[in-house]
Amino acid sequence: MREREPKLLLFHAPLLRQATTTPKAMRDVIYALLPATGAAVWFFGLGAILVLSASILGAVAAEWLFGSRAAGAAGCLRGRSLLDGSGLLTGLLLGLTLPPGLPLWMAFLGGFVGITLGKLIWGGLGQNLFNPALLGRAFLLATFPIAMTTWVPAAAGTGLTDLYPGSLALPFMQSGIDGVTAATPLGLMKFEQEATPLAALAFGNTGGSLGETSGLLLLLGGLYLWLRRDLDWRIPVGILLTVASFSFCLGLFDAGRFPAPLFSVFSGGLLLGAIYMATDPVTSPVTPKGAWVFGVGVGLLVMLIRVFGGLPEGVMYAILLMNAATPLIDRYTQPRVFGYGVGSE
Amino acid sequence: MKKNASYEEFVKGIWRDNPVFAQVLGMCPMLAVTNSAVNAIAMGMATMFVLVGSSFLVSTFRRVIPKQVRISCFIIVIATFVTIADYTLLALVPRVHKELGAFIPLIVANCLILGRQEAFASRYPTKLAVMDALGMACGFLVALFSLGAVREILGDGALFGIRLFGESFEPWVIMILPPGGFLTLGLILLFFNWFTQKKNDFLADVAGSEGRGG
Repeated sequence: MREREPKLLLFHAPLLRQATTTPKAMRDVIYALLPATGAAVWFFGLGAILVLSASILGAVAAEWLFGSRAAGAAGCLRGRSLLDGSGLLTGLLLGLTLPPGLPLWMAFLGGFVGITLGKLIWGGLGQNLFNPALLGRAFLLATFPIAMTTWVPAAAGTGLTDLYPGSLALPFMQSGIDGVTAATPLGLMKFEQEATPLAALAFGNTGGSLGETSGLLLLLGGLYLWLRRDLDWRIPVGILLTVASFSFCLGLFDAGRFPAPLFSVFSGGLLLGAIYMATDPVTSPVTPKGAWVFGVGVGLLVMLIRVFGGLPEGVMYAILLMNAATPLIDRYTQPRVFGYGVGSE
Repeated sequence: MKKNASYEEFVKGIWRDNPVFAQVLGMCPMLAVTNSAVNAIAMGMATMFVLVGSSFLVSTFRRVIPKQVRISCFIIVIATFVTIADYTLLALVPRVHKELGAFIPLIVANCLILGRQEAFASRYPTKLAVMDALGMACGFLVALFSLGAVREILGDGALFGIRLFGESFEPWVIMILPPGGFLTLGLILLFFNWFTQKKNDFLADVAGSEGRGG
């Protein structure tokens, strides 16, 4: 079917275009993630680059293969949806949540599944209920529980050219080689009641996922996004405040057993999740009140899972659960339309 | 002509009206016992026995069964065959019986079987009803097996317990768990619908060009 050339063009009222476009917003988030990505490479060396590229490649491959079908209704060409950079961003975000020594084929699979099952199957960009990067990670965690929880120690700057032998495992095969492993700060806290010093958490010299190690650089990126107005500040602020106050309250009961507020905020994937994933405009509420509800909900779930659940970290499940509640939150937090519903109703 | 009709009833259940892919019936055993190919086939065979047996009986006695209480009559007939299947499996293959567990008695509640009694066996002659039951059961078996095979290959690296990829295969744990069943079934349904759509488009195309040519 060929589109016919229109003889007369009619436009609807909002004729003033906003300068923000999807590719621009996506690029902003990618720029904001660059410092944290650089830190990942600094701490985990060449292995970090490989894992990140594998997950990006997986996401982009899925976007290229199936993207045209999802966008088919709009008559887009194959690979057209690649240009908005959302596939790239999903791959990068997913890569930053993966352990540095993960076999590359798993990272690729995660990116592929995240885009296909997390985004395209719902109808493409803007239609999905769950954050694609986190969905890809949830899939990987359920599929390869051991590989996804094997962490290597951070080696700041010393191992830039080092490779993790496990990451080069053949597709469908185990890595088979036991490297040096390390526990994450949250794992240490949960299973051995051992707190990591705050400075290590802030600068990132700890074991953990690629992107969750350096708290300060993540905050820096968040600041950039906030200045560029790409981010609803209510969500990260809501999450971080809830987590901090929850752990402050717990500390009143037993300071030794429960994590301190600042430790809770800076450890694990909380900053990465709160700033870059919970604020995904597609899967978070659009109303201001809803954003607060969403943020507080994520914060509560994170602390409940961390403190009372079986897992040391719960940011991923907390965000995914609140993603599912987003349509409901949006529905009940509709602001009053000006002039309507005063007094009556 | 008559031979053709019964053949038609048999064939339709395998692909076009496949109980799982087209009608989405019998989801409980479909998702619950397909974590290995052997379990899937055992479940498929048990279902086939029950479906063919009860279709035969129901169709034979279709004029005797009072309309008002027909569902309870169907259930009693089905339950009889399920009990036979249950004890037969227990006697012949106790290991498989143990793995299938409660899902063998639950064949009674498989809506595929009750659905065929209500929609087909109670309205058509015995021969057609048996052919229909055979076709539907074969279709169910094919669906169970394809799901079970995919899940066992990815989740265990094996098919019928034979290792396919050697010792260092990394199992996809999710495939053995319930989410793997949902994911695999969803993907197979996706493929089935995509294929059906392509085929219909193609047939419409052919019909259209023939119409224009004539």
